[in-house]
Amino acid sequence: MFHYALSRVLWLLPTLLAMALVTFLVMHATPGSPLDPVAEGANPLSPEAQKNLAAHYGLDRPLHEQFVIFVTKALQGDFGNSFVYKTRTVREIILDTFPISLLLGSMALALAVVGGLTLGILAAVYQNRTWDYLSVSLATIGVAVPNFVLAVFLIILFSFILPLFPTGGWDSPRNWVLPTVALALAPMGIIARFTRASMLEVIRADYTLTARAKGLGEVPVIFKHALKNAFIPVVTLLGPMFAAVGTGSFFVESIFRVPGMGRFFVLSMTGRDYPMIMAVVLTYGAFLALMNLVVDLLYGVLDPRIRY
Amino acid sequence: MRSDAATSPETRTRTSSLWRDGVRRLSRNRLAVSGGVVIVLLCLIAIFADLLAPLPYTKTNFGRLNEAPSRDFPLGTDQLGRDMFSRMIYGARVSMLVGLGAQVIVVLIGVPIGALSGYVGGRVDLFLTRFIDVMYAFPRLLFVILVMSMLGAGLTNIFIAIGLTGWVGIARQTRAQVLAIKEKEFVDGARALGAGFNRLLVRHVLPNALTPIVVAVTFGIPEAIFTEAALSFIGVGINPPTPSWGQMVGEGQQYIRSYWHLCVFPSIAIAITMLSFTFFGDGVRDALDPKLE
Repeated sequence: MFHYALSRVLWLLPTLLAMALVTFLVMHATPGSPLDPVAEGANPLSPEAQKNLAAHYGLDRPLHEQFVIFVTKALQGDFGNSFVYKTRTVREIILDTFPISLLLGSMALALAVVGGLTLGILAAVYQNRTWDYLSVSLATIGVAVPNFVLAVFLIILFSFILPLFPTGGWDSPRNWVLPTVALALAPMGIIARFTRASMLEVIRADYTLTARAKGLGEVPVIFKHALKNAFIPVVTLLGPMFAAVGTGSFFVESIFRVPGMGRFFVLSMTGRDYPMIMAVVLTYGAFLALMNLVVDLLYGVLDPRIRY
Repeated sequence: MRSDAATSPETRTRTSSLWRDGVRRLSRNRLAVSGGVVIVLLCLIAIFADLLAPLPYTKTNFGRLNEAPSRDFPLGTDQLGRDMFSRMIYGARVSMLVGLGAQVIVVLIGVPIGALSGYVGGRVDLFLTRFIDVMYAFPRLLFVILVMSMLGAGLTNIFIAIGLTGWVGIARQTRAQVLAIKEKEFVDGARALGAGFNRLLVRHVLPNALTPIVVAVTFGIPEAIFTEAALSFIGVGINPPTPSWGQMVGEGQQYIRSYWHLCVFPSIAIAITMLSFTFFGDGVRDALDPKLE
């Protein structure tokens, strides 16, 4: 177990390095540069000024050198200055915005797990009855419909028709509700579908029959015997779920005007803000890789049959 | 279920009956059929957009900006006074084109790579699986947005971006299938009869690996449509003035307080399209999986 965990942690570094390299190559292999006068927010500068700027940011050096410099500095936690927000370092921006995205993401994920499990269990226990149809339809909508479309419907329903929540902002917990729901519906749908399928299987298993035969009531059978086993395949989903919530937050944050990292992601890309792009991609990447690791280890803890 | 397989003299009749079986089961699934009908309708709308749209999608009318739905404009007008109804009709064209077209590219890249990796094995396989793993670690949408913002908006670039990222899943599927099938007796048999590398792979292994690929493609279509909508929503997808539903939602949502119709109608169109493909895809998966029933 310890051995497995250690090797997985050691694998994180090469994975991140590969990600940094791919991002770096895509950025530099495509036409256009941050100094290009056509780039958004750039000034039409004279060639000399462009040269000076390139020298200042190290963009005039050979690519491999640039990459090595980036990696050495990044390892010390220095991602440089943003090209677009010139007065701020990338580190500052990330430290300011990432916690907000993290809060939104965690709330969405918590809602997705709790809601998804509830819907899945209800659907399995009342198979082919109203509860089943209701939760399967909700799950399908959540899975199929993009979150920015869901966000539009949520605003229409819960800000206009029933004026319960504001349409955007991030000042009070009341602002948090709609973005969290919009972001949670997709993972909730996936979790509900999986829980339903694995609950249906477990409910018919011999050990559930035994538990019933011993005279246990319906509630302890479902919660103590069935759910514990049905939960295991659902845990594997959590890894990709983090990715879905992470990338989903670009859209949700921009619709609900949440001051998180998601908005910076798109802005930095269209503005060719190289240091910002690298930092945002790597922050997401590192976070996802770490969460995948946690999920894999958790899997082993939950299912004693698994040995590493 | 298919216990008659051993008695059937030819493999050919078996494969064709699997497909016929699948079609029969699909046609019994009411949700899948209604999804299919909507998809056919959307395709027809996309093809005949020129005939169906009352106005050209570029026709501006600065006297009538942001108008709510009315007799003249059934779905209202947008920020430039263009007819929303006509723009919605043309929007179907982009969605269908991207959904179906991107899958052709994804299959053309993913299937050969997956098949080669699984069939040849060894160092080629090791290299390809490592590469696939790295690509998998990348959040897909993040990578697509990165590629798009670097290449610039436009339909061709959307195909490139989806093609570059989408093949990974299909290659993985194909590889797993080919790995399992190449050890089967009938492949050994064909090899013993003198079939060469190409013939073995194309005639014997790939046709038997087809079912999961077909299922992956049916789910890949809505994913590509979603990707285009998402890219256009944040402004790195389709170039204006070509209308795309995602772009209309993206622009309209900024004015949702004052002009709800700008983003609500395209949102409904995206939702219906995605749900139809999901129902149809679920139906195809259930129909082609003989383990169910």
